[in-house]
Amino acid sequence: MNKVYDNKAWWLILPMLVLVAFSAIIPLMTVVNYSVQDVFDANTRFFTGTEWFAQMLNDPTLQAALLRQFAFSMTVLAIEVPLGIGIALIMPKKGWQASVVLILVTLPLLIPWNVVGSIWQIFTRGDIGLMGWGLRELGYGYNITRSTVDAWGTIILMDVWHWTPLIALLCYSGLRSIPEAYYQAARIDRASKWSVFRYIQLPKLTNVLVIGVLLRFMHSFMIYAEPFVLTGGGPGSSTTFLSQSLTTMAIGQQDLGPSAAFSLIYFLIILLVSWVFYTAIMNMQKEKQEEGI
Amino acid sequence: MTDSMPHTPTAVRQRAAAADASRRRKSRSAPLRWRPKMLMGLYLLFVLLPIYWLLNMSFQSNTEILGGLTLWPKDFTFEHYGKIFTTSTWYMGYLNSIAYVVMNMFISILVALPAAYAFSRYKFIGDKHLFFWLLTNLMAPPAVFLLPYFQLYYTVGLFDTHIAVALAHCLFNIPLAIWILEGFMSGVPKEIDETAFIDGYSFPKFFIKIFIPMISSGIGVTLFFLFMFSWVELLLASTLTSTGAQPIASVMTSTSTASGIDWGTLAAAGVLTILPGILVVYFVRNHIAKGFALGRT
Repeated sequence: MNKVYDNKAWWLILPMLVLVAFSAIIPLMTVVNYSVQDVFDANTRFFTGTEWFAQMLNDPTLQAALLRQFAFSMTVLAIEVPLGIGIALIMPKKGWQASVVLILVTLPLLIPWNVVGSIWQIFTRGDIGLMGWGLRELGYGYNITRSTVDAWGTIILMDVWHWTPLIALLCYSGLRSIPEAYYQAARIDRASKWSVFRYIQLPKLTNVLVIGVLLRFMHSFMIYAEPFVLTGGGPGSSTTFLSQSLTTMAIGQQDLGPSAAFSLIYFLIILLVSWVFYTAIMNMQKEKQEEGI
Repeated sequence: MTDSMPHTPTAVRQRAAAADASRRRKSRSAPLRWRPKMLMGLYLLFVLLPIYWLLNMSFQSNTEILGGLTLWPKDFTFEHYGKIFTTSTWYMGYLNSIAYVVMNMFISILVALPAAYAFSRYKFIGDKHLFFWLLTNLMAPPAVFLLPYFQLYYTVGLFDTHIAVALAHCLFNIPLAIWILEGFMSGVPKEIDETAFIDGYSFPKFFIKIFIPMISSGIGVTLFFLFMFSWVELLLASTLTSTGAQPIASVMTSTSTASGIDWGTLAAAGVLTILPGILVVYFVRNHIAKGFALGRT
């Protein structure tokens, strides 16, 4: 679309800007402020410069949490993206089944995050949970409070359960935008199912997939409530992800300076990765416009 | 007449039909045709099983839950639901959650509509940077803002009010609303705006009378997403409140007492948090897929 150059558009933006600035810029500046000072009480504080940042970057527990976080985010992306595409392909396209399946698939996304944790806590307990009990009956000594492997497996399964619907719905909407004529042409050419997927469906999906991967990366990187309720970060600290380390430090121990520095590092990592995705999306849209589609 | 027209002999036609049918049978044998449905069924089972288990537990008495594993409630009881609907901390938890979610939806859509219009129709100084800055707020981990929010809202005297949570959720909900709405608005041809202005409509009149009805499905979907993200977020909501505006999530933590966890009530409370979502998703079911793609398909 040809946009008109007009700076009066700022007036339309203004109310939103005031509101978002109040909830974003002021708190962010507070964090920056804390990150460069050592605060003893309301009147005593020292300027520390980059000391907290250096300390946080060298902290082994945080390095471990960061590594775990990346491992977790990459694992869930690797599972959820292909699975989501697969589900989108087999979702019914019309009739009452389409509506029912759509609502059922959306269901996990509408559950508050701590309730997701509770659901899986109940589901996987060895004594009262169907899955925990079932696995034990099958002869596997399943225990998420003792075994790191079980805890990780369960958290990943929970995340797949919770978020695959997002990818599936995105892809579903991408698939629905493909005109029927494309499929007819493919049928006339006797194209195999695989080539229909590879040359018709997948190219249409790239756009929504980038959005999906971006959203999934962001959310998986901020995960807090679900593992907190399910495992409490344990056994040991094997499932303590970044948000939980940060909250423990900021609220639990009241270490303002270090936790503020940590917050900023955390935020910058997300920002950097998301910026790469964002640029990719924007370039794709530009190419599309140039092609005249 | 008919003899002069060239026509395919019946035998040839039958042979062709038979060959065609056999080819169709070969390419799509019965198990192959059923496979997508079976896989879909398996996935739905995976989705529904944990939820079924929650539902199952909410109808069992605590003695039955702890007494042993039962696949369906044998001792069917509404005792946990009764407890939630008669204890004020419990039902106030739901009302508090609904209150701040509705406030947030109202504020967010109100300021996001004009902003999204500006982004979809105009170029202006710093538009791209502004848009990316908005998205960074969507990416900000709530944990980062936990402490400053607490201090900020405490200082301005909004701590433990519904509006505090509603404003805090604006942090990610306004950018999200703008992103989705911008996608839907870009789908409306610009000629409509121009025609309306030529016809003598003022901007506010055009916006309310013509433009908003045109993107009503987009607005519906946006409201659904605002509801969803405000409803599921709990870290900020429970940090910014204590007893006056406590969301249901914090009330749920009170089920674990010294004598153990009250599983039945926890399950019943969980079931009740799922219901509003089902209700809302039903209304937007036809547009939801497009909404998830942020109006861009």
